[in-house]
Amino acid sequence: MNFLSRLLGRPPEGESAQVAKQRLQLVLAQDRLNISTETLNVLKDEMIEVISRHIEIDQANVQVSMTSTTQGTCLIANIPVIRARSPAPAESAKRARAPRQRSRA
Amino acid sequence: MAGRIITLTSGKGGVGKTTATANLGVALARCAQRVVCVDADIGLRNLDVVMGLENRIVYDLVDVVEGRARLRQALIKDKRLPELQLLPAAQTRDKSAVTEKQMIKLCEDLRKEFDFILIDSPAGIELGFRNSIAPADEVIIVVTPEVSAVRDADRVIGLIEASEKPAPRLIINRLRPAMVRRGEMLDTADILEVLAIELLGIVPEDETIITATNKGQPVALENRSPAGGAFMRIARRLMGEDVPFQTFEDSSGWLERLSHLFKR
Repeated sequence: MNFLSRLLGRPPEGESAQVAKQRLQLVLAQDRLNISTETLNVLKDEMIEVISRHIEIDQANVQVSMTSTTQGTCLIANIPVIRARSPAPAESAKRARAPRQRSRA
Repeated sequence: MAGRIITLTSGKGGVGKTTATANLGVALARCAQRVVCVDADIGLRNLDVVMGLENRIVYDLVDVVEGRARLRQALIKDKRLPELQLLPAAQTRDKSAVTEKQMIKLCEDLRKEFDFILIDSPAGIELGFRNSIAPADEVIIVVTPEVSAVRDADRVIGLIEASEKPAPRLIINRLRPAMVRRGEMLDTADILEVLAIELLGIVPEDETIITATNKGQPVALENRSPAGGAFMRIARRLMGEDVPFQTFEDSSGWLERLSHLFKR
């Protein structure tokens, strides 16, 4: 009873359907590819290593996950960028502007 | 004209495969189609009680396959609907009593006599599942709006696609529209997005399913219940009619509306 919880001062329940959907997308992506969380962690460490050569990133807050959509399975990396390391002149135009970069593979 | 062999399966147990099979059988028969419901859950026979025909079983599927009875002797006519018949499962045998080849032969024989052959698959992805899928022209996946059921459905969809059957279609069973509106239950769109599969129908949660099953009278026998109406719509879709999907916007009760008032 939502209005009862409100009257009693309980916090409203979160939208558990969204939680269910996100958990499903992750678990199905892993089921379909037969990829383990361990493999995903190795992948994440290696990505951090490669990207850190060129860009200074917030390594503690890198998130790598899988999701499944109607288009297929997606690998989603959420990598907070701090700043570029000594950009090469030709590369300067491609420098990340946004503080967060989302790459899909 | 040769009939269509349609298997209902789910991976997870308890999502309503048997109820869906019984009600689709009733609904199609009410549309003047000749229907046979086949219980492929050998050892855990249930379709007979859901349809209310348990007292009339003499021979079963295994008796037919092993040659102890002719098909006509094992088929049970539903007295309420002359178009509807049941081929019950054996209760004292197990899944290994039947092979894929025997299931295919059996269903090919049924195809000559009926417009629709609806196979109620056992839960799981083992032998009983494979036996049920082998003869199918089409597969219907039954799912409830829960993480576990959707995950198992995805696994089954993968297996069916690998078996070179046409892409299965989906029935979402036991949807609770009020919970969906509150964001507390997976919505149709969510489920279709993660499973990437065509929707065949949505059946709302309905208490009359329980009372109907208590009495062995599938809800689709009458028009009043929401779930029965949903199965009638699915039957018409199976027959190729373009029936729009229900949105269930008006089904919220007064308590729900009151709680919405308090939310604002």
